[in-house]
Amino acid sequence: MSDFTMPSLGADMEAGKLVEWLVAPGDRVARGDVVAVVETQKGAIEIECHEAGEVTELVAEVGQTLPVGAVLARIGGAVDAPPPRAPEPPARPAPAAASPSPERTPAPVPEPAPGGGAVAASPAARARAAGAGVDLTRIAGSGPGNAVLLADVERALGARPGGASEPTQGKSRPGLDMVEMRRAIAAAMSRAKREIPHYYLFHEIDLQAAQDRLAALNAARTPDRRLLIGALLVHATVGALAKVPELNGRFEAAPFAPAGAVHCGIAVAMRGGGLIAPAILNAQGKDPDAIMDAMRDLVTRTRAGRLRMSEITQGTITVSSLGDGGVDALFGVIFPPQVALVGFGTPRLRPMVHEGRIVPRLAVTVSLAADHRVSDGRRGAQFLAEIDRLLQEPVIP
Amino acid sequence: MTQTDHRAAFMAELIAVAPDLDAGTVGENDHLQDDLGLDSMDFLNLVSALHRRFGLPIPESDYPLLSTPARAVAYLDRMLGPSG
Repeated sequence: MSDFTMPSLGADMEAGKLVEWLVAPGDRVARGDVVAVVETQKGAIEIECHEAGEVTELVAEVGQTLPVGAVLARIGGAVDAPPPRAPEPPARPAPAAASPSPERTPAPVPEPAPGGGAVAASPAARARAAGAGVDLTRIAGSGPGNAVLLADVERALGARPGGASEPTQGKSRPGLDMVEMRRAIAAAMSRAKREIPHYYLFHEIDLQAAQDRLAALNAARTPDRRLLIGALLVHATVGALAKVPELNGRFEAAPFAPAGAVHCGIAVAMRGGGLIAPAILNAQGKDPDAIMDAMRDLVTRTRAGRLRMSEITQGTITVSSLGDGGVDALFGVIFPPQVALVGFGTPRLRPMVHEGRIVPRLAVTVSLAADHRVSDGRRGAQFLAEIDRLLQEPVIP
Repeated sequence: MTQTDHRAAFMAELIAVAPDLDAGTVGENDHLQDDLGLDSMDFLNLVSALHRRFGLPIPESDYPLLSTPARAVAYLDRMLGPSG
Protein backbone atom coordinates (compact mmCIF):
# COMPACT_ATOMS: atom_id res chain seq x y z
CA MET A 1 0.00 0.00 0.00
CA SER A 2 1.38 3.38 -0.91
CA ASP A 3 0.17 6.94 -1.18
CA PHE A 4 -0.14 8.84 -4.40
CA THR A 5 0.52 12.45 -3.41
CA MET A 6 0.26 15.94 -4.85
CA PRO A 7 3.57 16.33 -6.70
CA SER A 8 5.73 19.42 -6.75
CA LEU A 9 5.76 20.78 -10.29
CA GLY A 10 8.02 23.73 -9.64
CA ALA A 11 10.21 25.25 -6.97
CA ASP A 12 7.55 27.72 -5.90
CA MET A 13 4.55 25.42 -6.07
CA GLU A 14 2.89 25.04 -2.68
CA ALA A 15 -0.46 23.62 -3.68
CA GLY A 16 -2.35 22.36 -6.70
CA LYS A 17 -5.97 21.97 -7.63
CA LEU A 18 -7.17 18.52 -8.60
CA VAL A 19 -9.36 19.00 -11.67
CA GLU A 20 -9.83 15.47 -12.95
CA TRP A 21 -9.43 11.84 -11.98
CA LEU A 22 -8.59 9.48 -14.85
CA VAL A 23 -8.81 6.34 -12.69
CA ALA A 24 -11.39 4.88 -10.32
CA PRO A 25 -11.07 2.55 -7.33
CA GLY A 26 -10.36 -0.96 -8.58
CA ASP A 27 -8.41 0.17 -11.64
CA ARG A 28 -4.99 -1.34 -12.15
CA VAL A 29 -2.24 1.16 -12.92
CA ALA A 30 1.28 0.78 -14.24
CA ARG A 31 4.24 3.04 -13.66
CA GLY A 32 3.95 6.04 -15.95
CA ASP A 33 0.19 5.87 -16.37
CA VAL A 34 -1.56 9.23 -16.32
CA VAL A 35 -3.95 9.06 -13.37
CA ALA A 36 -4.99 12.64 -12.61
CA VAL A 37 -4.98 16.21 -13.92
CA VAL A 38 -3.81 19.05 -11.71
CA GLU A 39 -4.26 22.73 -12.50
CA THR A 40 -1.04 24.70 -12.09
CA GLN A 41 0.52 27.94 -13.25
CA LYS A 42 1.74 25.96 -16.27
CA GLY A 43 -1.78 24.99 -17.20
CA ALA A 44 -3.49 21.68 -16.61
CA ILE A 45 -0.80 19.05 -16.08
CA GLU A 46 -1.35 15.32 -16.48
CA ILE A 47 0.12 13.53 -13.48
CA GLU A 48 1.72 10.12 -13.93
CA CYS A 49 1.99 7.62 -11.11
CA HIS A 50 5.27 6.09 -10.08
CA GLU A 51 3.93 2.81 -8.77
CA ALA A 52 2.20 -0.20 -10.19
CA GLY A 53 -0.76 -1.64 -8.39
CA GLU A 54 -4.45 -1.25 -7.86
CA VAL A 55 -6.17 1.98 -6.96
CA THR A 56 -7.84 1.22 -3.64
CA GLU A 57 -9.14 4.66 -2.70
CA LEU A 58 -9.46 8.13 -4.16
CA VAL A 59 -8.84 10.38 -1.17
CA ALA A 60 -9.01 13.76 -2.85
CA GLU A 61 -12.05 15.10 -4.61
CA VAL A 62 -12.12 16.96 -7.89
CA GLY A 63 -12.10 20.68 -7.22
CA GLN A 64 -10.01 20.45 -4.06
CA THR A 65 -6.86 22.53 -3.72
CA LEU A 66 -4.28 20.57 -1.79
CA PRO A 67 -0.73 21.22 -0.59
CA VAL A 68 2.24 19.47 -2.16
CA GLY A 69 2.62 16.09 -0.49
CA ALA A 70 -1.05 15.70 0.40
CA VAL A 71 -2.43 12.23 -0.23
CA LEU A 72 -4.57 12.11 -3.37
CA ALA A 73 -5.14 8.36 -3.61
CA ARG A 74 -3.99 5.07 -2.19
CA ILE A 75 -2.49 2.43 -4.40
CA GLY A 76 -2.22 -1.08 -3.07
CA GLY A 77 -1.41 -4.63 -4.04
CA ALA A 78 1.87 -3.74 -5.66
CA VAL A 79 2.85 -7.36 -6.22
CA ASP A 80 5.78 -6.52 -8.42
CA ALA A 81 7.65 -4.79 -5.60
CA PRO A 82 8.33 -1.30 -6.87
CA PRO A 83 11.70 0.22 -6.00
CA PRO A 84 11.85 2.46 -2.93
CA ARG A 85 9.86 5.59 -3.49
CA ALA A 86 12.16 8.44 -4.39
CA PRO A 87 12.31 11.20 -6.95
CA GLU A 88 13.01 9.75 -10.36
CA PRO A 89 16.74 9.51 -10.88
CA PRO A 90 17.13 11.59 -14.00
CA ALA A 91 20.51 10.11 -14.78
CA ARG A 92 18.97 6.76 -15.62
CA PRO A 93 19.42 5.93 -19.28
CA ALA A 94 16.51 5.71 -21.66
CA PRO A 95 13.78 4.75 -21.49
CA ALA A 96 12.91 7.07 -18.65
CA ALA A 97 10.91 5.54 -15.88
CA ALA A 98 8.00 7.72 -16.85
CA SER A 99 7.83 6.20 -20.32
CA PRO A 100 6.25 2.80 -20.16
CA SER A 101 6.99 2.10 -23.80
CA PRO A 102 10.54 2.28 -25.13
CA GLU A 103 9.54 4.78 -27.77
CA ARG A 104 6.86 7.23 -26.79
CA THR A 105 5.30 8.11 -30.11
CA PRO A 106 3.42 11.32 -29.55
CA ALA A 107 0.06 11.60 -31.18
CA PRO A 108 -0.15 14.56 -33.54
CA VAL A 109 -3.04 15.90 -31.53
CA PRO A 110 -4.05 15.34 -27.93
CA GLU A 111 -6.38 12.42 -27.60
CA PRO A 112 -8.36 11.24 -24.63
CA ALA A 113 -6.66 8.42 -22.79
CA PRO A 114 -8.35 5.18 -23.77
CA GLY A 115 -11.09 4.25 -21.36
CA GLY A 116 -9.99 6.86 -18.87
CA GLY A 117 -12.75 9.32 -19.58
CA ALA A 118 -10.14 12.01 -20.07
CA VAL A 119 -11.23 15.15 -21.80
CA ALA A 120 -8.74 17.43 -23.46
CA ALA A 121 -9.61 20.98 -22.54
CA SER A 122 -7.93 24.32 -22.13
CA PRO A 123 -7.34 25.51 -18.56
CA ALA A 124 -9.81 28.34 -19.04
CA ALA A 125 -12.45 25.90 -20.25
CA ARG A 126 -11.86 23.67 -17.23
CA ALA A 127 -12.12 26.56 -14.83
CA ARG A 128 -15.30 27.86 -16.44
CA ALA A 129 -16.91 24.42 -16.55
CA ALA A 130 -15.95 23.69 -12.95
CA GLY A 131 -17.29 27.06 -11.83
CA ALA A 132 -20.59 26.49 -13.60
CA GLY A 133 -20.84 22.86 -12.53
CA VAL A 134 -20.85 21.56 -16.09
CA ASP A 135 -19.51 18.14 -17.04
CA LEU A 136 -16.72 18.61 -19.61
CA THR A 137 -17.41 15.22 -21.14
CA ARG A 138 -20.79 16.50 -22.33
CA ILE A 139 -19.35 19.39 -24.28
CA ALA A 140 -18.26 19.00 -27.90
CA GLY A 141 -14.78 20.43 -28.30
CA SER A 142 -13.70 22.49 -31.30
CA GLY A 143 -10.00 22.78 -30.44
CA PRO A 144 -7.03 20.66 -31.51
CA GLY A 145 -7.90 16.98 -31.11
CA ASN A 146 -11.43 18.03 -30.19
CA ALA A 147 -10.15 19.75 -27.07
CA VAL A 148 -12.85 21.69 -25.28
CA LEU A 149 -12.18 25.43 -25.43
CA LEU A 150 -13.60 28.26 -23.36
CA ALA A 151 -15.85 29.23 -26.27
CA ASP A 152 -17.31 25.69 -26.32
CA VAL A 153 -18.14 25.90 -22.64
CA GLU A 154 -19.70 29.34 -23.08
CA ARG A 155 -21.75 28.00 -25.98
CA ALA A 156 -22.93 25.04 -23.91
CA LEU A 157 -23.82 27.35 -21.04
CA GLY A 158 -25.65 29.70 -23.36
CA ALA A 159 -27.67 26.83 -24.77
CA ARG A 160 -28.68 25.71 -21.31
CA PRO A 161 -31.97 27.09 -20.02
CA GLY A 162 -31.28 29.78 -17.48
CA GLY A 163 -27.55 29.40 -17.91
CA ALA A 164 -27.06 32.26 -20.27
CA SER A 165 -23.93 34.34 -20.09
CA GLU A 166 -23.17 35.07 -16.52
CA PRO A 167 -20.22 37.40 -16.47
CA THR A 168 -16.98 35.43 -16.26
CA GLN A 169 -14.95 36.58 -13.34
CA GLY A 170 -11.32 37.47 -13.76
CA LYS A 171 -9.62 37.47 -17.11
CA SER A 172 -11.54 38.08 -20.27
CA ARG A 173 -8.82 36.39 -22.27
CA PRO A 174 -8.76 32.62 -22.39
CA GLY A 175 -5.53 31.04 -21.32
CA LEU A 176 -3.33 30.69 -18.32
CA ASP A 177 -3.08 32.55 -15.08
CA MET A 178 -0.41 35.02 -16.10
CA VAL A 179 0.18 36.25 -12.54
CA GLU A 180 0.94 32.71 -11.40
CA MET A 181 3.11 31.98 -14.41
CA ARG A 182 5.09 35.17 -13.86
CA ARG A 183 5.63 34.15 -10.25
CA ALA A 184 6.89 30.71 -11.33
CA ILE A 185 9.31 32.24 -13.83
CA ALA A 186 10.50 34.74 -11.22
CA ALA A 187 11.19 31.96 -8.72
CA ALA A 188 13.10 29.79 -11.17
CA MET A 189 15.13 32.61 -12.68
CA SER A 190 15.97 34.19 -9.31
CA ARG A 191 17.22 30.83 -8.10
CA ALA A 192 19.28 30.41 -11.27
CA LYS A 193 20.97 33.79 -10.88
CA ARG A 194 21.48 33.26 -7.15
CA GLU A 195 22.90 29.74 -7.30
CA ILE A 196 24.35 29.12 -10.74
CA PRO A 197 27.60 30.78 -11.80
CA HIS A 198 26.80 31.22 -15.49
CA TYR A 199 29.36 31.60 -18.24
CA TYR A 200 28.42 32.52 -21.79
CA LEU A 201 29.75 31.73 -25.24
CA PHE A 202 28.41 32.52 -28.66
CA HIS A 203 29.13 31.50 -32.20
CA GLU A 204 27.85 32.37 -35.68
CA ILE A 205 26.78 29.41 -37.82
CA ASP A 206 26.32 29.34 -41.59
CA LEU A 207 22.87 27.82 -42.10
CA GLN A 208 22.65 28.23 -45.86
CA ALA A 209 23.46 24.62 -46.73
CA ALA A 210 20.96 23.30 -44.19
CA GLN A 211 18.32 25.76 -45.39
CA ASP A 212 18.87 24.75 -49.04
CA ARG A 213 18.45 21.07 -48.24
CA LEU A 214 15.41 21.83 -46.13
CA ALA A 215 13.75 23.87 -48.89
CA ALA A 216 14.29 21.07 -51.39
CA LEU A 217 12.93 18.50 -48.96
CA ASN A 218 9.87 20.57 -48.05
CA ALA A 219 9.05 21.30 -51.70
CA ALA A 220 8.37 17.60 -52.16
CA ARG A 221 6.31 17.24 -49.00
CA THR A 222 2.79 18.11 -47.96
CA PRO A 223 2.64 20.80 -45.24
CA ASP A 224 1.99 18.36 -42.42
CA ARG A 225 5.29 16.58 -43.16
CA ARG A 226 7.47 19.65 -43.65
CA LEU A 227 10.36 20.38 -41.35
CA LEU A 228 11.14 23.70 -39.71
CA ILE A 229 14.73 24.88 -39.43
CA GLY A 230 14.09 24.94 -35.68
CA ALA A 231 13.84 21.15 -35.66
CA LEU A 232 17.30 20.93 -37.26
CA LEU A 233 18.69 23.28 -34.59
CA VAL A 234 17.28 21.10 -31.79
CA HIS A 235 18.47 17.94 -33.54
CA ALA A 236 22.01 19.30 -33.80
CA THR A 237 21.98 20.47 -30.17
CA VAL A 238 20.92 17.04 -28.93
CA GLY A 239 23.51 15.39 -31.17
CA ALA A 240 26.31 17.63 -29.89
CA LEU A 241 25.60 16.54 -26.31
CA ALA A 242 27.00 13.12 -27.21
CA LYS A 243 30.38 14.83 -27.51
CA VAL A 244 30.05 17.08 -24.43
CA PRO A 245 27.72 15.11 -22.14
CA GLU A 246 28.49 17.17 -19.02
CA LEU A 247 26.17 19.90 -20.28
CA ASN A 248 23.22 17.53 -20.01
CA GLY A 249 21.64 16.70 -16.68
CA ARG A 250 20.11 17.93 -13.47
CA PHE A 251 22.37 19.22 -10.70
CA GLU A 252 20.32 18.06 -7.72
CA ALA A 253 23.12 16.71 -5.54
CA ALA A 254 26.90 17.11 -5.62
CA PRO A 255 28.87 15.78 -7.32
CA PHE A 256 27.03 16.47 -10.57
CA ALA A 257 26.44 13.41 -12.73
CA PRO A 258 25.45 13.90 -16.37
CA ALA A 259 22.17 12.32 -17.40
CA GLY A 260 22.21 9.39 -19.77
CA ALA A 261 19.07 10.37 -21.61
CA VAL A 262 18.52 13.77 -23.21
CA HIS A 263 15.18 15.26 -22.20
CA CYS A 264 15.43 18.43 -24.25
CA GLY A 265 13.31 21.33 -23.02
CA ILE A 266 11.84 23.55 -25.71
CA ALA A 267 10.99 27.07 -24.58
CA VAL A 268 7.51 27.89 -25.88
CA ALA A 269 6.55 31.55 -25.62
CA MET A 270 2.94 32.17 -24.67
CA ARG A 271 1.04 34.91 -26.42
CA GLY A 272 0.39 37.58 -23.84
CA GLY A 273 3.62 36.84 -22.01
CA GLY A 274 5.35 34.10 -20.14
CA LEU A 275 6.82 30.86 -21.37
CA ILE A 276 6.87 27.15 -20.63
CA ALA A 277 9.72 24.80 -21.49
CA PRO A 278 8.35 21.26 -21.68
CA ALA A 279 10.85 18.58 -22.65
CA ILE A 280 11.09 16.19 -25.56
CA LEU A 281 11.73 13.00 -23.62
CA ASN A 282 14.52 10.73 -24.87
CA ALA A 283 15.47 13.09 -27.68
CA GLN A 284 18.78 11.33 -28.24
CA GLY A 285 18.64 9.12 -31.30
CA LYS A 286 15.57 10.81 -32.76
CA ASP A 287 15.98 11.84 -36.39
CA PRO A 288 14.91 15.33 -37.54
CA ASP A 289 11.42 14.10 -38.49
CA ALA A 290 10.90 12.60 -35.05
CA ILE A 291 12.19 15.78 -33.39
CA MET A 292 9.81 17.82 -35.55
CA ASP A 293 6.86 15.58 -34.63
CA ALA A 294 7.73 15.85 -30.95
CA MET A 295 8.04 19.65 -31.15
CA ARG A 296 4.72 19.98 -32.94
CA ASP A 297 3.06 17.77 -30.35
CA LEU A 298 4.59 19.72 -27.44
CA VAL A 299 3.64 23.12 -28.84
CA THR A 300 0.09 21.96 -29.58
CA ARG A 301 -0.38 20.55 -26.10
CA THR A 302 1.26 23.56 -24.46
CA ARG A 303 -1.22 25.86 -26.22
CA ALA A 304 -4.14 23.58 -25.33
CA GLY A 305 -2.95 23.20 -21.72
CA ARG A 306 -2.28 19.49 -21.70
CA LEU A 307 1.29 18.71 -20.69
CA ARG A 308 2.50 15.77 -18.65
CA MET A 309 4.31 16.02 -15.35
CA SER A 310 7.39 14.22 -16.70
CA GLU A 311 7.66 16.75 -19.50
CA ILE A 312 7.85 19.72 -17.14
CA THR A 313 9.89 18.16 -14.34
CA GLN A 314 12.53 16.01 -16.05
CA GLY A 315 14.21 18.33 -18.59
CA THR A 316 18.00 17.93 -18.74
CA ILE A 317 18.80 20.92 -21.00
CA THR A 318 16.75 23.69 -22.59
CA VAL A 319 16.78 25.16 -26.08
CA SER A 320 15.36 28.64 -26.51
CA SER A 321 14.86 29.82 -30.06
CA LEU A 322 13.72 33.29 -31.09
CA GLY A 323 12.31 32.06 -34.40
CA ASP A 324 11.26 34.45 -37.13
CA GLY A 325 11.05 38.15 -36.57
CA GLY A 326 13.34 38.29 -33.55
CA VAL A 327 16.85 39.62 -33.13
CA ASP A 328 20.31 38.23 -33.73
CA ALA A 329 21.09 36.55 -30.43
CA LEU A 330 19.77 35.61 -27.04
CA PHE A 331 21.75 34.87 -23.90
CA GLY A 332 19.64 32.71 -21.65
CA VAL A 333 19.26 32.03 -17.98
CA ILE A 334 19.65 28.37 -17.05
CA PHE A 335 16.48 26.61 -15.91
CA PRO A 336 17.53 25.05 -12.57
CA PRO A 337 18.52 22.38 -11.75
CA GLN A 338 19.68 22.04 -15.35
CA VAL A 339 23.24 23.08 -16.17
CA ALA A 340 23.01 24.58 -19.64
CA LEU A 341 20.72 26.59 -21.89
CA VAL A 342 21.25 26.91 -25.63
CA GLY A 343 19.89 30.03 -27.30
CA PHE A 344 19.32 30.54 -31.00
CA GLY A 345 18.73 34.00 -32.44
CA THR A 346 16.67 34.65 -35.53
CA PRO A 347 18.28 33.20 -38.68
CA ARG A 348 19.06 36.10 -41.01
CA LEU A 349 20.91 36.76 -44.26
CA ARG A 350 24.35 38.11 -43.39
CA PRO A 351 27.51 38.82 -45.36
CA MET A 352 29.74 35.81 -44.81
CA VAL A 353 32.98 34.54 -46.27
CA HIS A 354 32.13 31.42 -48.24
CA GLU A 355 34.69 29.71 -50.45
CA GLY A 356 36.88 32.79 -50.36
CA ARG A 357 34.22 35.32 -51.34
CA ILE A 358 31.91 37.55 -49.34
CA VAL A 359 28.37 36.44 -50.13
CA PRO A 360 24.97 36.71 -48.47
CA ARG A 361 24.31 33.54 -46.48
CA LEU A 362 21.64 32.57 -44.01
CA ALA A 363 23.26 32.61 -40.58
CA VAL A 364 22.24 32.09 -36.98
CA THR A 365 23.97 33.02 -33.75
CA VAL A 366 23.93 30.25 -31.19
CA SER A 367 24.76 30.96 -27.57
CA LEU A 368 25.49 28.77 -24.60
CA ALA A 369 24.76 29.69 -21.01
CA ALA A 370 26.36 27.02 -18.85
CA ASP A 371 26.99 26.26 -15.19
CA HIS A 372 30.65 26.89 -14.35
CA ARG A 373 30.43 24.49 -11.42
CA VAL A 374 30.19 21.57 -13.81
CA SER A 375 31.80 22.67 -17.09
CA ASP A 376 34.36 25.09 -18.44
CA GLY A 377 34.54 27.42 -21.40
CA ARG A 378 36.76 25.15 -23.42
CA ARG A 379 34.24 22.32 -23.31
CA GLY A 380 31.43 24.74 -23.94
CA ALA A 381 33.24 25.97 -27.03
CA GLN A 382 33.66 22.41 -28.27
CA PHE A 383 29.94 21.95 -27.81
CA LEU A 384 28.99 24.97 -29.94
CA ALA A 385 31.55 23.97 -32.57
CA GLU A 386 29.99 20.50 -32.68
CA ILE A 387 26.51 22.01 -33.21
CA ASP A 388 28.00 23.98 -36.11
CA ARG A 389 29.64 20.87 -37.57
CA LEU A 390 26.45 18.83 -37.33
CA LEU A 391 24.46 21.55 -39.10
CA GLN A 392 26.87 21.37 -42.06
CA GLU A 393 26.25 17.65 -42.45
CA PRO A 394 23.40 16.41 -44.59
CA VAL A 395 21.27 14.71 -41.96
CA ILE A 396 18.23 15.08 -44.15
CA PRO A 397 17.85 13.53 -47.61
CA MET B 1 -17.78 28.09 -51.76
CA THR B 2 -18.28 31.75 -51.13
CA GLN B 3 -15.78 34.21 -49.80
CA THR B 4 -17.70 34.13 -46.53
CA ASP B 5 -17.22 30.37 -46.35
CA HIS B 6 -13.50 30.72 -46.99
CA ARG B 7 -13.24 33.32 -44.28
CA ALA B 8 -15.17 31.18 -41.80
CA ALA B 9 -13.02 28.14 -42.61
CA PHE B 10 -9.82 30.13 -42.28
CA MET B 11 -10.88 31.60 -38.94
CA ALA B 12 -11.90 28.18 -37.61
CA GLU B 13 -8.49 26.74 -38.46
CA LEU B 14 -6.71 29.79 -37.07
CA ILE B 15 -8.49 29.49 -33.73
CA ALA B 16 -7.84 25.74 -33.71
CA VAL B 17 -4.07 26.27 -33.87
CA ALA B 18 -4.16 29.30 -31.55
CA PRO B 19 -6.98 28.52 -29.10
CA ASP B 20 -6.03 31.46 -26.91
CA LEU B 21 -6.92 33.95 -29.65
CA ASP B 22 -10.33 35.56 -29.52
CA ALA B 23 -11.94 35.31 -32.97
CA GLY B 24 -13.95 38.47 -32.33
CA THR B 25 -10.85 40.61 -31.99
CA VAL B 26 -8.89 39.31 -34.98
CA GLY B 27 -8.69 42.02 -37.64
CA GLU B 28 -8.74 41.43 -41.39
CA ASN B 29 -5.32 42.96 -41.76
CA ASP B 30 -3.68 41.66 -38.62
CA HIS B 31 -0.36 40.06 -39.44
CA LEU B 32 -0.48 36.48 -38.21
CA GLN B 33 3.03 36.51 -36.82
CA ASP B 34 3.70 40.16 -35.97
CA ASP B 35 0.25 41.10 -34.65
CA LEU B 36 -1.32 37.83 -33.55
CA GLY B 37 1.86 36.22 -32.26
CA LEU B 38 1.79 32.97 -34.22
CA ASP B 39 5.20 31.33 -34.22
CA SER B 40 6.60 29.31 -37.10
CA MET B 41 5.16 26.08 -35.68
CA ASP B 42 1.68 27.61 -35.28
CA PHE B 43 1.85 28.94 -38.83
CA LEU B 44 2.91 25.58 -40.24
CA ASN B 45 0.07 23.91 -38.33
CA LEU B 46 -2.34 26.43 -39.87
CA VAL B 47 -1.00 25.74 -43.38
CA SER B 48 -1.29 22.00 -42.70
CA ALA B 49 -4.91 22.40 -41.61
CA LEU B 50 -5.77 24.41 -44.74
CA HIS B 51 -4.06 21.75 -46.82
CA ARG B 52 -6.15 19.05 -45.18
CA ARG B 53 -9.39 20.98 -45.52
CA PHE B 54 -8.99 22.19 -49.11
CA GLY B 55 -6.42 19.82 -50.62
CA LEU B 56 -4.22 22.72 -51.71
CA PRO B 57 -0.47 22.05 -51.89
CA ILE B 58 0.46 25.53 -50.48
CA PRO B 59 4.19 25.50 -51.25
CA GLU B 60 6.52 27.42 -48.91
CA SER B 61 6.91 30.11 -51.58
CA ASP B 62 3.21 30.93 -51.12
CA TYR B 63 3.51 31.48 -47.35
CA PRO B 64 3.76 35.30 -47.68
CA LEU B 65 0.37 35.24 -49.45
CA LEU B 66 -1.20 33.97 -46.24
CA SER B 67 0.21 36.61 -43.93
CA THR B 68 -3.13 38.16 -42.87
CA PRO B 69 -6.74 36.90 -42.79
CA ALA B 70 -7.63 39.19 -45.71
CA ARG B 71 -4.72 37.98 -47.83
CA ALA B 72 -5.35 34.35 -46.92
CA VAL B 73 -9.03 34.52 -47.90
CA ALA B 74 -8.07 36.17 -51.19
CA TYR B 75 -5.56 33.37 -51.74
CA LEU B 76 -8.19 30.70 -51.07
CA ASP B 77 -10.64 32.46 -53.42
CA ARG B 78 -7.99 32.60 -56.13
CA MET B 79 -6.91 28.97 -55.75
CA LEU B 80 -10.37 27.47 -55.25
CA GLY B 81 -12.56 29.87 -57.19
CA PRO B 82 -14.90 32.29 -55.44
CA SER B 83 -18.00 30.75 -56.98
CA GLY B 84 -21.04 30.25 -54.94
